[in-house]
Amino acid sequence: MSDGWKIISKNKKDRPKVLIYKNWKDLPPIPISFPDNIMQTGDWRSFKPVLDKSKCTKCGLCWLYCPEGVITHGSDGYFEIDYKFCKGCGICCNECPNDAMKMEKEQEEI
Amino acid sequence: MNQSDEFVGKKVLRGNYAAAYASRAARVQVVSAYPITPQTLVVEKIAELVDSGKMNCEFIRVESEHSVMTALIGASIAGARTFTATSGQGLLYMAEPVHWAAGTRLPIVMAVASRGIAPPWNIWADFSDVISQRDSGWLISFLSSHQEIFDSVIMAYKIAENHEILLPYMLAYGGFILSHTSKPVDLPPQELIDDFLPPLSKDGWPHIFMDPERPMMHGNLIMPNTVPGYQEFRMKIQIAQQKALDVIKEVTLEFKKKFGRDYGNGLVQEYKCSDADFIMINYGVLAKQMEIVVDQLRDEGLKVGVLRLRTFRPFPFNEIIDAVKNAKAIGVVDRGTAFGSITGGAVSTEIMATLHLSKQTKDKLVVPFINGIGGRDVFPSQQKRQFEILIECYEKGELVENEEFMGTAYWTGALGFK
Repeated sequence: MSDGWKIISKNKKDRPKVLIYKNWKDLPPIPISFPDNIMQTGDWRSFKPVLDKSKCTKCGLCWLYCPEGVITHGSDGYFEIDYKFCKGCGICCNECPNDAMKMEKEQEEI
Repeated sequence: MNQSDEFVGKKVLRGNYAAAYASRAARVQVVSAYPITPQTLVVEKIAELVDSGKMNCEFIRVESEHSVMTALIGASIAGARTFTATSGQGLLYMAEPVHWAAGTRLPIVMAVASRGIAPPWNIWADFSDVISQRDSGWLISFLSSHQEIFDSVIMAYKIAENHEILLPYMLAYGGFILSHTSKPVDLPPQELIDDFLPPLSKDGWPHIFMDPERPMMHGNLIMPNTVPGYQEFRMKIQIAQQKALDVIKEVTLEFKKKFGRDYGNGLVQEYKCSDADFIMINYGVLAKQMEIVVDQLRDEGLKVGVLRLRTFRPFPFNEIIDAVKNAKAIGVVDRGTAFGSITGGAVSTEIMATLHLSKQTKDKLVVPFINGIGGRDVFPSQQKRQFEILIECYEKGELVENEEFMGTAYWTGALGFK
């Protein structure tokens, strides 16, 4: 939504829940965050761990070693990563005995 | 607010009182200030007006200049029109939140009764304090008369609060020379001022608000490579500064139409420049005094002029090139130091860069002067000598050696010189 910040100023009721920026021109004059889009520690990440379920034996070592506690035991027995808070430290991948986890680059170089 | 005669018509005012009365006329809602010579009278007068109920405004007493600016940042975020004043060391102590105010894009207006930087202690006119904050993102103007102080505060809010700008504004005038002397100041009726600068609407600013029903966070940490990132927001400050060149012109013209007082185009003010062979670029009160010298030299048959740099940030490069493009040589006079720069003066260094932007001006001789440091008297006789040095340099085609020449600039008026 371009000009999102202008809409905020005009009508308090129509304030968008999340501001989406496609281009720097759409940005407000200052960085602002609302409770819905407030920056998460996951934004610090430059590499993210990705699980390959075909190799995973559900041993749970990643869950045990994760220093942030962002890996949870899912209902299907596999382990899930909460990317909102995962800082991408890579310890889970390091500990995985079956190489079922791989660190992938978060974004292309600017 | 009660409209009493105290606030309308021609009054004999000190420069500092002109700033205080102007903040009242601008319907400022929150003032926080810490007294420092030579700005103290601004604080005293505003406190007096607020205490006697003549000014409808919250005065926040704090323990330092650093707290002054942080208090105003909070008040401004809440959507209030805010004002403060400071000087020299006070401005330096305030430096950190000065940058915060610009980065948060808050239209705070600050009067600066400029004084020399210590050590050694000095409380007299010298713009080094303002120049130390020149890259903070604030809009900066140098003022040259009591009336201009009053008028500029009114104009400053209109410029700073423009939604395309949203930057704080620093108004600098020489300590004691303007701050403590008295001159007649014409205070326009409040209705006229309200018409030019309406009281602030309750909607607040477009980019920042304090609303318990819709909490927001700002000034948060952003990573180098996330979008939006730090670089994008810094770009936006520069874009707003460039946009301010147009807005300052518009507002100054509108002010002239409404109140009949002329401040050039708001960026620079020419005095007999159109046909001048030799132009001095000067700022503050010394630029006004130089007009006397220009008249004297014109009587002697020399085609000279003075260009007053009114706005320093944003730097009006196009207007300066336009004004000096037909001159043979240009002198630039600084009352303030930028140690280690090419000339030792901030404005002369920047003028040298400016003239290189245009083919018409890039080969012109620029003669930098530094004078009146720390309130040192600058009499018209000294300014006349500056013109003589300028003309001599032009005739020789280079900066000539004399006892005042310090390698790249002429430091006129120092002890032991003529």
